[in-house]
Amino acid sequence: MPDPILSYRSVTKRYERGKPVLDSLDLDVEEGDFVAIIGPSGCGKSTLLRLTAGLSPLSGGQIVFRDGEPSRRSLGFIFQDATLLPWLNVRHNVEMPLRLERRPRAERRQRADEVLRLVGLNAVSERFPRQLSGGMKMRVSLARGLIRQPNLLLLDEPFGALDAITRNQLNAELLSLREQSPFTALFVTHSVNEAVFLSNRIVVLSANPGRLAHRFEVPFSYPRSAALREDPAYHQLCAQVMRALADAASAR
Amino acid sequence: MKRSLHWLLPLATGMIILGAWWLVTTVWADRLIYFPGPGQVVKAVWTERAELLPATGKTLWMALAGFAAATVGGGVLALLLASARPVRLSLYPWVLALQMVPVVIMIPIFQIWYSYNAAKTIISMTFMISFFPIVANTTMGLVSTDRRLRELFRTWHARHWQEVLYLRIPYALPYFLTGLKIAAVLAPVGVITGDMLAGTSEGTSGLGFLLYKYRSEFRPDAVFAVALLSAVLGFVFASAVYGLSWLLLHRWHDSATRME
Repeated sequence: MPDPILSYRSVTKRYERGKPVLDSLDLDVEEGDFVAIIGPSGCGKSTLLRLTAGLSPLSGGQIVFRDGEPSRRSLGFIFQDATLLPWLNVRHNVEMPLRLERRPRAERRQRADEVLRLVGLNAVSERFPRQLSGGMKMRVSLARGLIRQPNLLLLDEPFGALDAITRNQLNAELLSLREQSPFTALFVTHSVNEAVFLSNRIVVLSANPGRLAHRFEVPFSYPRSAALREDPAYHQLCAQVMRALADAASAR
Repeated sequence: MKRSLHWLLPLATGMIILGAWWLVTTVWADRLIYFPGPGQVVKAVWTERAELLPATGKTLWMALAGFAAATVGGGVLALLLASARPVRLSLYPWVLALQMVPVVIMIPIFQIWYSYNAAKTIISMTFMISFFPIVANTTMGLVSTDRRLRELFRTWHARHWQEVLYLRIPYALPYFLTGLKIAAVLAPVGVITGDMLAGTSEGTSGLGFLLYKYRSEFRPDAVFAVALLSAVLGFVFASAVYGLSWLLLHRWHDSATRME
């Protein structure tokens, strides 16, 4: 078995003398994994992503990237809000990561066209963010996250603010994006259904301090279609994860 | 409400006020000898045009010079203040304290420094007046950049100058333009005040100096003519900056976009 693309070794995070938010977390992420991270609020799910991206320093332990620092530098981070720059149109928003790498204009344009086509937003590339719906903004954010072709994509409740229909739609789109432009994903969510539908592994964290409470393997093969949501096996697994989540929440 | 009403109504109000002014000064003309009617004011503008027009030009020029210097200086100081917290903590209270000093007390000081050169004194004073709103607003904009967006730039490993150029400056643009709008209203006021206190008749004088001159000649119609030209100048000046602001913001900023 090849080395994990990313491993967490007794990762601990505490803020200013308080109880640790994350306490000695061990986790290996294999190449091609889609790991859903779920847990009650305050379990340090988002903190885990922030530590991974280097937005916040570790208090203890290690996060080891298989390919070293360069793979941390090239990872993609998708926030809960679309975090688009309101003064730039869609195309220029998507191009921004390449602009910062000072890539030539022609390359930026071509890559932006590619990723915008992937998320189906070619037609609105000249619009400004304020002219887009919530779902469209999130698609732009995804396109921007993919433009550097990251090995690893960190998603922090990206669809949490969307209505149920748009959310399901974007779940399916995210999986089909991964077929076309493969990446390993860490996906933080509050929704059990979303976690089961998207991931091949689910990690349940407990709160105060954040510890790894349960792991689930999700046996459904990719590509997955919306029909999976009606599969009894899917519902059964959702129920199991839901129970584990309730356990994790009460075990404080 | 129909859109045309948005300019028809204020226009109508203006006509009513103008009409009332004309009526009052015509009916009681013999009692209101120091209160000229609108016709007399316009006539005074025409008869004194040889003196008023160059004065207006000079006032405009001095206002532009002071305003431009304040825009550049204010922008640069704001970037400096926003660059590091220690810099801001040590300088900003003094910038604020300096703002509380009445600017007119600087006039004699500038006169001494510039050997009574009126233009330099007035431009410096205008600079002082317009400078602070630009610094205060721009600094506020530069330091209040959305935290999430800054983190996003960190995940892209943006260099510091890239974050300033591609994130902080555009983010601060509406704040900067707010400062600019306040400064644009203040600059002509500053020039006219400065000119009243420090203006001389050497060469052509500005509008402020003419205000004193016509007062001493006891010509209320000419004083009103200066007031009219000052008002027009201030209006044009501020409108230009408001227009610039609209031009830069209307496509993306909530303040300049209509509800859809």
